[in-house]
Amino acid sequence: MTYLVLDQLTKRFSNWTAVDRVSLTVEKGELISLLGPSGCGKTTTLQMIAGFLDADGGRVTLDGQDLLAKKPNERGLGIVFQSYALFPHMTAAENVAFGLEMRRINRADRDRMVADALKLVGLEQYGDRHPRRMSGGQQQRVALARALVIKPSLLLLDEPLSNLDAKMREEMQIELRRIQRTVGTTMILVTHDQSEAMALSDRVVVMNKGRIQQVATPQEAYDRPANAFVANFLGRTNLLPGLVGNGPAGTTIVVADSVWPVSQPLPSGPGALAVRPEKVGFVDAGGLSGTVRTRVFQGTQWLFEVETAAGRMTVIRQHDGSPLPAEGGRVMVGWRAEDMAVMPAAEPEASASREAA
Amino acid sequence: MAASTDSQVADIPPSAANPAAHAPPPASRPHRRSWAPYLLSAPGIALFAVLLLVPLAMTFLLSLNSFSFYGGIADVWQFDNYIDILTDSYFHEVFLRTFRIAAVVTVLCALFGAPEAYILRRMDSPWRGLCLLIVLGPLLISVVSRTLGWALLFGSTGLVNQGLMALGLIATPIEFMYTETGVVIALTHVLVPFMVLSVWASLQRLDPQVENAALSLGAGPLTVMRRVVLPQIVPGILSGSIIVFALAASAFATPAIIGGRRLKVAATLAYDEFLNTLNWPLGATVAVLLLLANIVIIVGCNRLVERRYKQVFE
Repeated sequence: MTYLVLDQLTKRFSNWTAVDRVSLTVEKGELISLLGPSGCGKTTTLQMIAGFLDADGGRVTLDGQDLLAKKPNERGLGIVFQSYALFPHMTAAENVAFGLEMRRINRADRDRMVADALKLVGLEQYGDRHPRRMSGGQQQRVALARALVIKPSLLLLDEPLSNLDAKMREEMQIELRRIQRTVGTTMILVTHDQSEAMALSDRVVVMNKGRIQQVATPQEAYDRPANAFVANFLGRTNLLPGLVGNGPAGTTIVVADSVWPVSQPLPSGPGALAVRPEKVGFVDAGGLSGTVRTRVFQGTQWLFEVETAAGRMTVIRQHDGSPLPAEGGRVMVGWRAEDMAVMPAAEPEASASREAA
Repeated sequence: MAASTDSQVADIPPSAANPAAHAPPPASRPHRRSWAPYLLSAPGIALFAVLLLVPLAMTFLLSLNSFSFYGGIADVWQFDNYIDILTDSYFHEVFLRTFRIAAVVTVLCALFGAPEAYILRRMDSPWRGLCLLIVLGPLLISVVSRTLGWALLFGSTGLVNQGLMALGLIATPIEFMYTETGVVIALTHVLVPFMVLSVWASLQRLDPQVENAALSLGAGPLTVMRRVVLPQIVPGILSGSIIVFALAASAFATPAIIGGRRLKVAATLAYDEFLNTLNWPLGATVAVLLLLANIVIIVGCNRLVERRYKQVFE
């Protein structure tokens, strides 16, 4: 059931287009991530949904209602801000109660709902604390409780975990997922952290330069990136230039001295092949030949840099006792055809923006 | 990286966040007293003592002397001057007027200065700097020339009265000169920058997303102001009020020019006792009482602010 629809949503600033004709549909109860490097337009998109920025074009409908026509304080959305944006002069419980007060809910119900919300985020003991006396993780939970207690039709999370340290972040990821399962609220999560997006989301929306690059489940986006940007942004990848050809044997891509079958139809011409380092192995025949430049032991795995005619490749092998080539050795690398993704030739700016991220 | 450092600081209990708590113990052995801090601060302390403490002490001693027209100042040590002032309704009136003017000026400064600072903060970059300069501009002009300017505007044929009459708002000129109204207007103009600066400082600490958070929870713009923004800038308004009140209560130039001899406040009263009546001990007594009243009011307000907002801001 389609719940939230973004239709050709656009935001222009004086000298650049921050969000360029973004269209997206979100199902009810889904957790979807807007993922991309800083400046890709993900936060701007969120701000337009929330109503803090006016859209320059396009429509947003939530449950069939035009959202852009409403004022931000009438949209009934829950928002968790990157800075948490708690009210510092109120206790945790007062913070959570604020939205209920605005809805003129009577005292008894309000107290009960605040207690329930604080319990949901595991802070039932902290109701009378002021935010300054709480840790980052606790403040984060208060912000979450404050946004959830109003039973929002949509919960927007703007980089909610980026101010937490690594251990806390992992804990909150699990927590967030649990809460999402419990309350079943439709959530949109904005993040630049691909592992966070993959861990939490039902689907990820990869964005770059104001445009959507791919909308897919995390696994699909990781295994079958739609283009070079997505391949580069979601984890480490080997991106090799090649030549796509359509012959009697079907579509193939030629990468240096190797030929790989392509399953999807693709026009002939320059193309690119993406394959994850952990999917690449050392083979005896039918692969790409090269020389091992470096090999690094990383405990559970070995990291190889292999120089091939198509460029330098990263190979990750498990440290499972199987024989591995030494530095300087002549090797042949290969992978299963279903483990690679083939796409039209990479746009030149794709790798540059990866650096910027 | 910066983000993770922030969160680490937040996870540490407040007492441990103080860098001094982590500092290694001093290298020197504890029984050897170091004189360096005292020596280094000696010039400042000497300046403070010579320029402030000594004159204050002398003023206080002077206030204990007695004065007669034919005998001049007599070297006696008694509290007669204080008793005179505390029992004479003329002095009561002057002191009451002083603090009434100071209170009204403080309220007006808060009413104008706080919204002014808030609007300034929401302005865009080039205009913000320009408007801030305009607001702070009065501080760049000598208080005497600025007040004389007000005197020109305030006269019965001055620009303000002529303008109001031309607009048909008033039939006869309003008395501004030698009235409390005139003094209050001129003092408010002089002192409002201090309020703006003080509120500005507290607005700098306000997370801009907090207003959006309140909006998203269903609060209207007025509720956001009242429930979210205002409580957070109250400490700034209160500390600004303390500055404005202290300066207004001890202001001299503005009441002297606008209020004249007819409308005396504590500062002009002390001046007249010193230079016209030549009753120095009485003038000194007025000065000491003004200082005491100011200290009591300001320390009292400060306590109130600290107690009320200890939980929130530290």
